[in-house]
Amino acid sequence: MIRILPRNIIRFAFLVLLQVLVLNNIHFLGWINPFVYVLFILLMPFETPNWLLLLIAFALGMTIDSFSNTPGLHTSATLVMAYSRPFVLKLIAPREGYEAGTFPRMHYFGFAWFLKYSVILIFVHHIVLFSVEAFTWVDFHFTLARAIISALFSTLLILISQFIMYRK
Amino acid sequence: MRELLRFIQRIHFLLLFLILEIIAFSFLVSENSYQRAKFFNSSRKVFGQVYHAYDKVAQYVSLKQKNEELVLENVKLHNHIPSLENSPSVFDGDSLAAKRFSYLSAKVINNSLYRRKNYLTIDKGSNSGVEPEMGVVSPTGLVGITRFTSSNFTSVVSLLNEEIRISTKIKKTGYFGPLAWTGADPTEAYLMEIPVHVNISVGDTLISSGYSAIFPEGILVGTIKEYKKKPGDNFYEIKVRLSVDYGRLGHVYVIDNKLRNEQLNLEEATAND
Repeated sequence: MIRILPRNIIRFAFLVLLQVLVLNNIHFLGWINPFVYVLFILLMPFETPNWLLLLIAFALGMTIDSFSNTPGLHTSATLVMAYSRPFVLKLIAPREGYEAGTFPRMHYFGFAWFLKYSVILIFVHHIVLFSVEAFTWVDFHFTLARAIISALFSTLLILISQFIMYRK
Repeated sequence: MRELLRFIQRIHFLLLFLILEIIAFSFLVSENSYQRAKFFNSSRKVFGQVYHAYDKVAQYVSLKQKNEELVLENVKLHNHIPSLENSPSVFDGDSLAAKRFSYLSAKVINNSLYRRKNYLTIDKGSNSGVEPEMGVVSPTGLVGITRFTSSNFTSVVSLLNEEIRISTKIKKTGYFGPLAWTGADPTEAYLMEIPVHVNISVGDTLISSGYSAIFPEGILVGTIKEYKKKPGDNFYEIKVRLSVDYGRLGHVYVIDNKLRNEQLNLEEATAND
């Protein structure tokens, strides 16, 4: 338990820096922008109290927003994602539930489970993010296409990162 | 009372979510509210320093291209020298007006291109005399206007921002109008309010008009890419190719207009008259 805190702080810092220094500068085809920092919310332990999850999502969103000059934008999307997480976890729970001592990772619950888990939450996040940004936009079809394609891109990057980080 | 507490405990997740979400949205809608925007933006010290440290490493990648830009600027300045030397030597001019604009060099340490409102961060702040509402130019042309400053960093509203309007004129004819970005392509903007009786052609040079208190006259903005005459409209629709490549900004200059306050006060007094 005691090792969880420093590990999470490092992961937080790493994902924020990766996002603002590298990924924010990637614009595949000019408008596809992956947001991989949400991986932090995905990887939080099952036992995380709900209120803590929200506060962390708030802090994470605020940090990303401050770096990218978008006050409130990432914060609102990350909060929606964190709020949905317990419901999604319940929805896709394996028949025997989540055992104590396990984490929401691919090698505990398999590729199919992790894919479902991350796809749902990443899509929630991206669709909220791009439509909140779109409050000042016009073309909703374009916004939705942007959200979906960016979400696919983020999911791909997150899956690859999981294969690299947690090989058996 | 205990019932109420139990009720709050039961819905605390939803309640906390709604509270935090309302805070986030209040930031979002009051994006233009000075205090809040000032608190969370990349001119803040911590965020500025992270970008600064990263830029120290990343700048090596683009050194070659930055050098070429500086060489080009040198050539331009060298070309200016003869015309200055040939000017009447006794002419002293108005010393106040001659020193009206001073330039301060700075480096771009963060940049965005693909949002509706794009900003840059530069590595000079109020310690170096940078204030909000100063012009920023690069060797290749006009870049933007400073917005917020901290002691060592400044955020700059780039020309690629829907909120910005730059008074621009056609060098050849002197007709002027506002230049606005439409939020799609980082290489293009639109020049508006040019009446259809003016002769224009593709490739005409556009420069800053000097009518605002921010930019001096004659800073390159771009060239006319294409233009259309819409039936029933008195103005052209002019597409402009911007001269600055915003994807590769390196060194920029902040322009300090010493007479800015005087001009603004006078204009305000006139407007209130």
